[in-house]
Amino acid sequence: MVRLEKRAEPSRAWSMATPVVAVLATMIAGGLLFAALGKDPVEAIRTIFWEPLFGEFSFYYRPQLVVKGAPLVLIAIGLSLGFKAGIWNIGAEGQYIIGALTGAGVGLAFYPMESVVIFPLMVLAGALGGWAWAMIPAVLKTRFGTNEILVSLMLVYVAEQLLASMSLGLLKNPEGYGFPGSRNLQQYASAHNGDLIAGSGLHWGAAAALIAVIFAYVLLNRHMTGFHIRLTGDAPRAARFAGVSPTRLVLFCMGVSGALAGLAGLFEVSGPAGVVSIDFNVGYGFTAIIVAFLGRLHPVGILLAGALMALTYIGGDIAQSNLGLPSAAIQVFQGMLLFFLLAFDVLTNFRIRLGASEVA
Amino acid sequence: MDLSAINPVQLIAFLMVAATPVLLAAIGELVVEKSGVLNLGVEGMMITGAIAGFAATVESGSPAVGFVAAAFAGALLSCLFVVLTQFALANQVASGLALTLFGLGLSALMGQTYVGVKPPATGKVDIPVLSDLPVVGPILFNHDLMVYFGIALVAATWAVLKYTRAGLILRAVGENHDAAHALGYKVVRIRILAILFGGACAGLGGAYISLIRVPQWTEGMTAGVGWIALALVVFASWKPWRALLGAYLFGGVTVVQLNLQAAGVAIPVEYLAMSPYLITIVVLVILSADKSSAPAALGRIFHASR
Repeated sequence: MVRLEKRAEPSRAWSMATPVVAVLATMIAGGLLFAALGKDPVEAIRTIFWEPLFGEFSFYYRPQLVVKGAPLVLIAIGLSLGFKAGIWNIGAEGQYIIGALTGAGVGLAFYPMESVVIFPLMVLAGALGGWAWAMIPAVLKTRFGTNEILVSLMLVYVAEQLLASMSLGLLKNPEGYGFPGSRNLQQYASAHNGDLIAGSGLHWGAAAALIAVIFAYVLLNRHMTGFHIRLTGDAPRAARFAGVSPTRLVLFCMGVSGALAGLAGLFEVSGPAGVVSIDFNVGYGFTAIIVAFLGRLHPVGILLAGALMALTYIGGDIAQSNLGLPSAAIQVFQGMLLFFLLAFDVLTNFRIRLGASEVA
Repeated sequence: MDLSAINPVQLIAFLMVAATPVLLAAIGELVVEKSGVLNLGVEGMMITGAIAGFAATVESGSPAVGFVAAAFAGALLSCLFVVLTQFALANQVASGLALTLFGLGLSALMGQTYVGVKPPATGKVDIPVLSDLPVVGPILFNHDLMVYFGIALVAATWAVLKYTRAGLILRAVGENHDAAHALGYKVVRIRILAILFGGACAGLGGAYISLIRVPQWTEGMTAGVGWIALALVVFASWKPWRALLGAYLFGGVTVVQLNLQAAGVAIPVEYLAMSPYLITIVVLVILSADKSSAPAALGRIFHASR
């Protein structure tokens, strides 16, 4: 019989190796899935992982990698802080939407005035919007003990309805011939979040994502709050005795993740997306959960995981147009990745022993 | 706006239909949580059940086959959760989320060829005299079988949990898995059965949406019902009959807001559509003060060291 034996300490080697093993396992299982769909598995995997980086049109896809990766990393960094401490903000998608709405709202309020202060104001509004939306589950949790998972998730559906209402009503383009959707912020110079270096895909969102990675790294390794987060996650009782206030930690973690998700929403709406429309959100808030786990809740890991996930998005798009691979197949592929990761993670904390069977 | 167009009898009759999916999923999850496992993958299992049931019904022409297939698909998906949480000892919150994300993708993939297809209608039970009664007839005695099945399932779950040895063991495992293990109960085996039951129920609930409530297939059509089912278990304080009450409350809100939309009330459609979610939050806040009835071992990982 196979038996699990708890390690005295989590294995560092396996902790680093699991994401890699999980990606390889996903490639194999994904290949089988693609084969079942009647596609050449090797070709499909090659298209997803190779084509965007080194293929014929990689000069076009590489900047896209930054565009897709930035919001994922930005959101995942925020989520990872809470996840480390056992605070589950699952509603980043909602905070992302609200951040985009408040940010774009501020920008559109100034239209057609041109000024350098408009974009910074929008950034502030976006972060505040996401923060406020995350404060709802946070305050309900600290004040009434309400489950933050369910509340933050319910608020995603509320935010989606709000987005529909806004793009059909308040923020609708008055010169849009009655079509839903706001004015295009890409055509409004003061509010446009364009490439910092032309053609690189490197917009302010990507810069913010890099800053967030550094900020999170310093916070977790050099700062008391970061220590409290790690302590609460590893030993909640010990943390309580050490004087860590759970209330303050919940407000901090939820607030930061909400603000970062809001920022991601704002950078998306003022840059790559351009308009507030009903189908503005594409699930970055949920994919970021996978990114956070795949990156082992470690800032640098998240950066790598975000790049990998962006690769599957873009590679998936290419596979869709070149091979006719359905877009849902990529969603399944990303889901598998999280499965394999969680499954192989057992090796970090346990040793597998062959021998006497256990009673359970 | 014309509120007189709303027929109260039809309203209550439709309330029972609207409540059935969330009721089925919630009763399954209630059993899972009673065994001490928190499965956040309800939404993913529901949507998988929705497409599996839909596809099986369209292919076979029989809704009965569809519902069986849906239950089977839900249970099959929950096997992944079993592997992660019971064998690989993974975090239950993360595993549940993985299940939901995976289920949403899988259902979209399976459902591609079924968009816009109309499923064969599910027959209603027609009880000779009772169905023809005024008021009471349409409300109570003119539904499809699944509505009654849902209520029967609540009764059965309540009876098994309260009066049988199996129910007692299940609750013991959920309250203190170490003690249950020491008494010689197979903790892992019992939990696996509970999770499979939860998966099957969620699958049935999903199929009810795609086959009867709507009835057609669209991507992501469960729209958070699985999450509301999770909230409902908390609302119910892990008591089956209160889950029924909660489901009818939720069904009532859904039906009323749909009727208000149709009647053209001055409130914008989007704000009416967000009301079920907002009310769920409000109810959660009111009821979350009392956590005493939650199974003590809920969400904790069990690893028998000896």
